[in-house]
Amino acid sequence: MSLIKIRNVSHAFESDDGPIKVLKNLDLSVERDSLTAVVGPSGCGKSTLTRLISGLLKPDRGEIFLEGEKVVSPRSNVGMAFQNPVLLEWRTILDNIMLPLEIVAPKMPKKEKVGRAERLLSLVGLADFAGRRPSELSGGMRQRASLCRAIVHKPKVLIMDEPFGALDAFTREDLWQVLLDVKAEEPFTGLLITHDLRESIFLADQVAVLSGRPAMTQYLMDVEFSEKRNIELLFTAKSTAMLKELRKQIRIAQAS
Amino acid sequence: MRLKRVFIPIVATLLFLIFWELVVWLNDWPNYKMASPSDLGPAFLKYWELFFIMGWQTLWRTVIGLLISILFGVLIGMVMGMSKTMREALYPLLVGFNAIPKATVVPIVALMFVGAHDFNTILIAFMISFFPIAVSISIGLSTLEAEYRDILRSLGASDMTIFWKIALPKTLPEFFGALKVSVSLAFIGTNLMEIVSPHGRGLGALFDSGKTNSDYPLMFAVLITLAVLGIVLYYIVVLLEQTFAGWAEKETY
Ligand SMILES: Nc1ncnc2c1ncn2[C@@H]1O[C@H](COP(=O)(O)OP(=O)(O)O)[C@@H](O)[C@H]1O
Ligand SMILES: [Mg+2]
Repeated sequence: MSLIKIRNVSHAFESDDGPIKVLKNLDLSVERDSLTAVVGPSGCGKSTLTRLISGLLKPDRGEIFLEGEKVVSPRSNVGMAFQNPVLLEWRTILDNIMLPLEIVAPKMPKKEKVGRAERLLSLVGLADFAGRRPSELSGGMRQRASLCRAIVHKPKVLIMDEPFGALDAFTREDLWQVLLDVKAEEPFTGLLITHDLRESIFLADQVAVLSGRPAMTQYLMDVEFSEKRNIELLFTAKSTAMLKELRKQIRIAQAS
Repeated sequence: MRLKRVFIPIVATLLFLIFWELVVWLNDWPNYKMASPSDLGPAFLKYWELFFIMGWQTLWRTVIGLLISILFGVLIGMVMGMSKTMREALYPLLVGFNAIPKATVVPIVALMFVGAHDFNTILIAFMISFFPIAVSISIGLSTLEAEYRDILRSLGASDMTIFWKIALPKTLPEFFGALKVSVSLAFIGTNLMEIVSPHGRGLGALFDSGKTNSDYPLMFAVLITLAVLGIVLYYIVVLLEQTFAGWAEKETY
């Protein structure tokens, strides 16, 4: 059974010039502990999809299930990370990371919260920055911290909306590796919105291409590598073929 | 460094006093045109008791007016910041109200509640000073990026939790910026009423009695006292700001 199941979802926003149809009959499933990357033309409704899955929005039609349970409102089994790391400047990095625990597990002893946050920080290489303020960190480091905060409460699902979109190419590749390392230690089922096709095949087990607005799942590609993932894999003939196909699908989506 | 921070303002103030004394002396201005710093000492000595009584009057009324401003301003700012409908409904009203020069409201209030000096004064101090606070809170809340809300909302946090944990702290720097403006405004409000209100109390009334008796050094001494009280209140706000919103420090004051 898929951990995330999106069935026949349609959604529209009201605007002054009538409703904007954003998603139309969208279907998508994500297997437990796997990661699905979602790519598609900008403005097609990717962020809307993340807000529907996390229960921040209710779909006009269709259903979304997490672990077989229908999503009707936000629940604590979801973690979110965005392009903007949205760290709170008045808190230290450590306190920022503990924030979700204050909501989800208010009774957890402070020592345990700190222990959990510190463990994640050292996992992403920020052990020495626990006491710093967000503004003292670089963009890549902030995104690492944002990732820690998104999974500190051990969510079943991690939703990432272009988390590396604002980073330079080298920092981005470092963070891909960090994400894989974190996932190996702290398994989660992931949905990653991105418009970097290389990122999508490097990180994901499945890539979904959405059509132009109103979006539906236009194309699905399974990504399998026989080796442990590393950057070199992106330069193989297999990857090139996958990227070529994805690029073709994006062109079609943009034209639709 | 610390010493320098205390030293520089003191030297600047002294230089200013010397300059003032010099200008009056060089122009040979009489007292009724412009009192000089050396006239102030005797005025303070002669009326020091009055300065304490009246200064205290002015101070506590201003502070109470300001506290009401903060309560009301934060409340109305919250309402406007969280609901677009309320913002659209209340904004024109607030702007219109703020546009009325308070000097015109003072005599009306003084007549409406004649004799209720404390009430009148606090009312005007409040009316004149809540606007910046309301605006800063409403703008702070309404411009909060969706992601800031979403990191907590996606966990099922209530609106109240989001307000306390994120919206309020994030708005604090703007709030304190507004509060610094409001402090001066509240002082103006208090003094307007104290001057206009017959048989009033406070530094404004002392100023008025100086005017009636053509005691120009007294009038100038009142001005200086007002300035000192203003500085004290202002720096109390700065202190609070550093305590509660020090993380946003940009060396603005
Ligand atoms: N809250 C909203 N109200 C009205 N329109 C919205 C809202 N959120 C998104 N939209 C519109 O829906 C479309 C899809 O937006 P979004 O999901 O953010 O796209 P993407 O993330 O794929 O770039 C856009 O045209 C956007 O203007
Ligand atoms: Mg988006």
